[in-house]
Amino acid sequence: MSTFRQHSILPGFNLALGFTLLYLSLIVLIPLSAAFIRTTELTWQEFWFAVTTPRVLASYRLTFGAAFAAASVNAVFGLLVAWVLVRYRFPGKKLIDALVDLPFALPTAVAGIALTALYAGNGWIGQYLEPLGIKVAFTPIGVFVALTFIGLPFVVRTVQPVLEDIEAELEEAAAMLGANRLQTFTRIIFPTIFPALMTGFALAFARAIGEYGSVIFIAGNMPMVSEITPLLIITKLEQYDYAGATALAVVMLVISFILLLVINLLQWWGRRRGALA
Amino acid sequence: MSIEVRNLSKQFGTFAALRDVSLEVRSGELLALLGPSGSGKTTLLRVIAGLDVADAGQVLFQGEDATDQHVRERQVGFVFQHYALFRNMTIFENVAFGLRVRPKDVRPPDAEIRERVHELLKLVQLDWLAERYPHQLSGGQRQRIALARALAVEPKVLLLDEPFGALDAKVRKELRSWLRRLHDDMHITSVFVTHDQEEALEVADRVVVMNEGRIEQIGTPDEVYENPASPFVYEFLGNVNLFHSRLHRGRAWIDGIEVDAPEHAEAEELAAVAYVRPHDIEVDRVAQGEAALAARVTHVLSVGPIVRLELIREDSEDKNPIQVEISKERFRELQLVRGDQVFIKPRRFDLFPNRIH
Repeated sequence: MSTFRQHSILPGFNLALGFTLLYLSLIVLIPLSAAFIRTTELTWQEFWFAVTTPRVLASYRLTFGAAFAAASVNAVFGLLVAWVLVRYRFPGKKLIDALVDLPFALPTAVAGIALTALYAGNGWIGQYLEPLGIKVAFTPIGVFVALTFIGLPFVVRTVQPVLEDIEAELEEAAAMLGANRLQTFTRIIFPTIFPALMTGFALAFARAIGEYGSVIFIAGNMPMVSEITPLLIITKLEQYDYAGATALAVVMLVISFILLLVINLLQWWGRRRGALA
Repeated sequence: MSIEVRNLSKQFGTFAALRDVSLEVRSGELLALLGPSGSGKTTLLRVIAGLDVADAGQVLFQGEDATDQHVRERQVGFVFQHYALFRNMTIFENVAFGLRVRPKDVRPPDAEIRERVHELLKLVQLDWLAERYPHQLSGGQRQRIALARALAVEPKVLLLDEPFGALDAKVRKELRSWLRRLHDDMHITSVFVTHDQEEALEVADRVVVMNEGRIEQIGTPDEVYENPASPFVYEFLGNVNLFHSRLHRGRAWIDGIEVDAPEHAEAEELAAVAYVRPHDIEVDRVAQGEAALAARVTHVLSVGPIVRLELIREDSEDKNPIQVEISKERFRELQLVRGDQVFIKPRRFDLFPNRIH
C-alpha cells in the first residue's frame, strides 16, 4: 500500500480509493464481466465462428469506420465551432452555445427520425441530393451523418474551456516575435489544445461506436451494407441467441478498449509534449 | 533607434487612456514610464508596440512614420508582465521561436539558431535551463527568458510592461540592477512601464511621470525627484509634507513662517500649498529666530543611518503629522525622545497655488 501512497496531508485516501473501486466495479466492471462470462457458454470454435461471419465483419467495418469518420469530422468542425464561440462576439451567440448541447439532450430516436425525414429521397435535403446521385438515408452515409450529429457536443465542450484559457498575451508575444497568424496557430494554439481535442475525439468516437437509437432509423439496416454491430446484437437477442449476442459484445468491447487505450496514450504523449503543469 | 510619439489619444469606451500625449525617446536610452494604475502608461507602451491602435496621433521610429505598420514589421521586442512564455515549448524553443518563424529565405540555418540561442541564454545566465519547460522555472528566471526571447530577433527597440511587477521584492531588486547593467552593455533603446517609483528612479536614464492619460513631467531621476513640476509628481515620488501657505507679491507664509518666493512675484493674496520633503526640514531644540514652528515629537524610528521623526505642530490647527528625516549624527546631537518639544523650519520647499476646484 505504502508504495503507491504518497504522504499527503489530505485525509481520506483509503476511503476515497476504496469507494472509487467499489463504485467502478458495481457500475462498470461487473456488468461487463457478465458479458464475458456469458460467452463462455460457447466453445472457442463457436465463438470464433459467431464473430467472423461475413455479415458480422461488414458490420464491424461500418460501425468502426463510420464512428471514426464521424469523430474525425467532429474534431475538425467541433474545433471550429468552439473557436467561433470563444473568439467572436455576435448576436445569438448564447443561443448557438445552447444549441450545441442539443444532441446530448435529444432522445436518439428523435434525432434518427428527424435526420431520416431530412435525408430521405423526398425529404428537405434528400430531394436535392437524390438527383445528384447521392443517397444518404438508408446507406452507410446516413450512418455517418447520424454519428456526426450525436458526437458534435463532445469535441466542442472539451475544447472550449481550454481555448478560453489561452491568454491573449501568448498570441501577442508570438506576433511581436514575427509569427504570422498561421504560425501562431500551428505552433502555439494547436499544441495547447491538442490534448483536449484528443479527449473530445475519443469521447465522440466512443459514443459513436455504441450509438444505436439514431442510427437504426436512418441506416436502413441492410445486411452487409448498412447494418451496424449494435443492431446485430439486438437481432441476436431477439432470436434468444444470448451467447451469440454477448460474443459480439465482447468483440466490440475489446476493440473499443484497445482504441481508447491508444487514444489515451496519444493524449498522454501530447500532454507531455505540451508540458501542461 | 529613436522613438517619437505625437499627439496620441486613445479612448476605451468613456475612459480616456491617453490624452494628446507627445514624447521623444532618444536612441539608446532607458526610459521609464511611471504612474499609478489607469494613468495610461501601459496603453502608451502598447501603442508604441503596435498591440493597440491609437484613435489619433502618430508613432515614429527613427523619424519614420510607423503608425500603420503591423506589429510583425516594427522590429520591437516586448516583455510582458506575466512573461507570456510558450508553455508547450522548452526554454530553448521559446528563445528560438522568433528565428524559427522567419520566412525561409531569411531564416538562419539550424546551427546558427542554436548558437545564437545559447549565446542569449548565457547572456541571461540561464544556459543550464535550455531543456526545461517554463513551468519548471521561477518567476525571475521566466522573466529573464522572456527577455532573451525578445532579444533573439535583434529588435531595434525593447519595450517592457511592468517587467518585475509579478516578482517578489528581493528578486525585483536583483533583476532591476541586472537590467540596468544589461542595458549598459547593449545600448538598445528601451522603454519600461512601472508603478514603482523606486524602480523608475533607480534604473532609468529618464523618467516620464504620467497621470490620467497625460504626461506630468519628463526628466532625469534627479530632476523629477528634486524639482517636481506638479503637486502630483511631488506626491507620487517619495514622501512629502504639505503646509498650508499664502502667497503675496513674491512673499510666502508657510504655516505662518515668512519666506521669499520670487517666482510668485505677481501673486496677489493666493492660497497655496508648500511641498517639503522630509529631509528638507531642519530640526532644533531652540527656536532660531522667529521663523520656526513649534512641534512635539510623537514618534522616533532610529533604525539605520537615517532617523525618521514624526511631529505634531503645537500652534497650528493642522494636526497632520509631519515626517522628518535627519542624520544619525544630528539625532545624537539633539538627543530627542518622544514628547520633546522641537522647532522646525523648511529648508527647501516648492509652492503650488491651490487649484480652483
